Amino acid sequence: MNSAAKNSLIRKGSAASVVLLIVFLAAWQWGPGLLGIPSFIVPPLSMVYDEFFRMLHVNHLMTHTAITAAEVLAGFVIGSLLGAFIGYVLGMSPTAEFALSPYILALQIAPKVAFAPLFIMWMGFTVYPKILVAILIVFFPIMVNVLSAIRTVDPDLINLARAFKATRAQIFWKIEFPASMPPLFAGLRIGSTLAVVGVVVGELVGGNMGLGYLLSFGEGQANTPMVFVTILMLTLVGAVAYLAVIVIEQRVLHYLPTRAFGGV
Amino acid sequence: MSDVVRLEFRNVSMRFVEATGQSLTAVAGVSFSVRDGEVVSLIGPSGCGKSTLLNIGSGLYAPSEGEAYVDGERVEGPNAHVAFMLQKDLLLPWRTIVENVMLGVEIQGLPITERKRRAQALLENLGLAEFLDRYPHQLSGGMRQRVALARTLAVDPTVLLLDEPFSAVDAQTRIVLQRELAQTLKRAAKTALLITHDLLEAVTLSDRVLVMSRRPGRIIDEIQVDLPGRDDPIARRHEARVNDYVSRLMDRLDIGHDSLNTAGASA
Ligand SMILES: Nc1ncnc2c1ncn2[C@@H]1O[C@H](COP(=O)(O)OP(=O)(O)OP(=O)(O)O)[C@@H](O)[C@H]1O
Ligand SMILES: [Mg+2]
Repeated sequence: MNSAAKNSLIRKGSAASVVLLIVFLAAWQWGPGLLGIPSFIVPPLSMVYDEFFRMLHVNHLMTHTAITAAEVLAGFVIGSLLGAFIGYVLGMSPTAEFALSPYILALQIAPKVAFAPLFIMWMGFTVYPKILVAILIVFFPIMVNVLSAIRTVDPDLINLARAFKATRAQIFWKIEFPASMPPLFAGLRIGSTLAVVGVVVGELVGGNMGLGYLLSFGEGQANTPMVFVTILMLTLVGAVAYLAVIVIEQRVLHYLPTRAFGGV
Repeated sequence: MSDVVRLEFRNVSMRFVEATGQSLTAVAGVSFSVRDGEVVSLIGPSGCGKSTLLNIGSGLYAPSEGEAYVDGERVEGPNAHVAFMLQKDLLLPWRTIVENVMLGVEIQGLPITERKRRAQALLENLGLAEFLDRYPHQLSGGMRQRVALARTLAVDPTVLLLDEPFSAVDAQTRIVLQRELAQTLKRAAKTALLITHDLLEAVTLSDRVLVMSRRPGRIIDEIQVDLPGRDDPIARRHEARVNDYVSRLMDRLDIGHDSLNTAGASA
């Protein structure tokens, strides 16, 4: 694609996006009324907007958002580091992989969010059980991606390094580790959205902090606009996490040919 | 070219155990040697064990029987005297061209300034001076193969093992690359073993051609190429006797097929 065609695509695409956004917001504002949907089922945009400012003052919306965001960050970072580390270890040691694979498979199949009540019983109404659920849920996609990346490095590349008398550590740092970067980042993208899921489930199950708590609080009050606001804030937290991964990915994987618009 | 032997295979056999548990003899009793500065081609039907011999020579496989020597030393593992180049360029996509060329010398621990100097000089010789800081995906297939050649030469091996280095590039680029290889080998006075399926390439690039039988691979013929201009394969193509050599190789390969049917049954 030449740059003129690319620019015109960007222009047309962004114009369409803006139009779509306006149509969507208008439909949200006036659609429920026109269709006779009561506002406790789908509150119109203006109600959600007002509720947002009310929550800012009355419900400490930003404090809850910050708590959730911090839990997401902690769970995502720790879960990613652990997942990548175990992925590299298992990737380099087939024996360890063979010994551990049944347990890993079982844990992978088990629905991770189901551990939330257990963790809360163990650790009480603190931030830790929420972080732990996030760690657990983030861990697997990253570990699996790293492991299979190490497994699928072209053996001829390894032989090339071996023929230059590379040590095991050199093979890892010069070949295997950089080769694992694209799959690692694919795992991190998935992990960044899953971390939000893990944290929210943890907060829904117990405690009086975070956006998950506001969700159940709003539900208890039958305050639909509050639930809408909270969902929007959660989406925002997830989007920031995802975008952060993409920004880092583009710096690390700068050597890859630019994919036209596979961006997000 | 001196009489010093740079690469030698003594009675080398290689058996693999297949997934089914059966053993497969890839090469059987192969002996030959390559003298200093000599370029020798190895031709033979697919699966006859040419790449296996290359892996033994570079110390990646240990032969089941016999031994390989490089510079008079028995090959017991990867060593700094040999370097190989394959059909695949094996360039690392996350390294720039110059960084790719430096891979071997970097692993071997050369100081950074010396690495850079060598890589730049080699790339300049191969006409890639403008591409030092590009990434592999920005280069054509022929250029990438040139980079792979530079990476092979950067470790300054005495023996180059080349496994169908140009079979993945288009016919015109191949002719250019063949000439570059021939000139580079001549200029640096390197010893090389070249595996190829291209009989014309074997004749125009080498001093000697070894012909292998079908599996289990044995050396069934050795043809001295008495043509001028080993450093100019394009000029060599115009030699009338090139065709004689090529047809002789074709004949030998056919005989190879026949002898397999009897030899293969008893193996
Ligand atoms: N690591 C291995 N394990 C098992 N069998 C192998 C291994 N490497 C090679 N072989 C077998 O040895 C035989 C010779 O293989 P090799 O790659 O040396 O052939 P080749 O002459 O290079 O063929 P080609 O011209 O197609 O490249 C083949 O039958 C192959 O299947
Ligand atoms: Mg081969």
